[in-house]
Amino acid sequence: MSLPVILFFLCGALAVAGAILLIAAREPIHSALALILVMVALAVLYLLLGAPFVAAVQIIVYAGAIMVLFVFVIMLLNMGVEERTDFSQIAKYFGIPLGGVLIVWAAYWLLHSRPAAAIGTGSGMEASSTRGLSTLLFRQYLFPFEATSILILIAILGALVLARKEE
Amino acid sequence: MSVVPVSYYLALSAVLFGLGVIAFVFKRNIITIFMSIELMLNAVNLAFVAFARAHNQLDGLVFVFFVIVVAAAEAAVGLAIVIMIAQNRQSLSVERMNLLKF
Repeated sequence: MSLPVILFFLCGALAVAGAILLIAAREPIHSALALILVMVALAVLYLLLGAPFVAAVQIIVYAGAIMVLFVFVIMLLNMGVEERTDFSQIAKYFGIPLGGVLIVWAAYWLLHSRPAAAIGTGSGMEASSTRGLSTLLFRQYLFPFEATSILILIAILGALVLARKEE
Repeated sequence: MSVVPVSYYLALSAVLFGLGVIAFVFKRNIITIFMSIELMLNAVNLAFVAFARAHNQLDGLVFVFFVIVVAAAEAAVGLAIVIMIAQNRQSLSVERMNLLKF
């Protein structure tokens, strides 16, 4: 067991634990904190994969901006614990067995697919990763990049219109 | 040189996506449902980065960038809708939102 493998299993276990905690928690704020744990663990995995820019964006935009927005809305509304209800009969007798069949089929298909290559953690790409990424973003993907800025602008306007008090 | 196989990352991504789907189906609070969507997007991002690494191509990272931007826009608009629903109906449970139910 070398260091990257240990780090992978540590952060993977943290991410899975956070996701399970998200499902198990009854208070929305606990779910939000669990999701932040998942995002930080994934950021470490991105660093392990040699993508420092994506890891930084993950921390700043996801764990920073988006999750702060979530926590802010949860605290603003303060609706208390969620209520649990029984789920429908169709879901109980058809949905769960069908989901199990799907999982088994996907696992079988994955096991019999072509074995994938191993990933190194110390070769080539990471030194020029951010530089190559920005070159790609501002040359080949310039139009989608500009389109996302318009998307963000429309999203801001939409959020303002929706959250505005009626006169 | 120490290596972690790409299939490990893909398996972790699949597990996280599956947990996101389970959370999406089982949770009853509309904000938590939103958070499970974010969890699924994160799982897909992990698969993108793992494949970008495996094929030594940076296009996957550009896609991750776009996914994060779209997730930010979606969170802004979605949470505005959530605030509006909470003001109108005094509840965040999806069980109470049955106006269109047949």
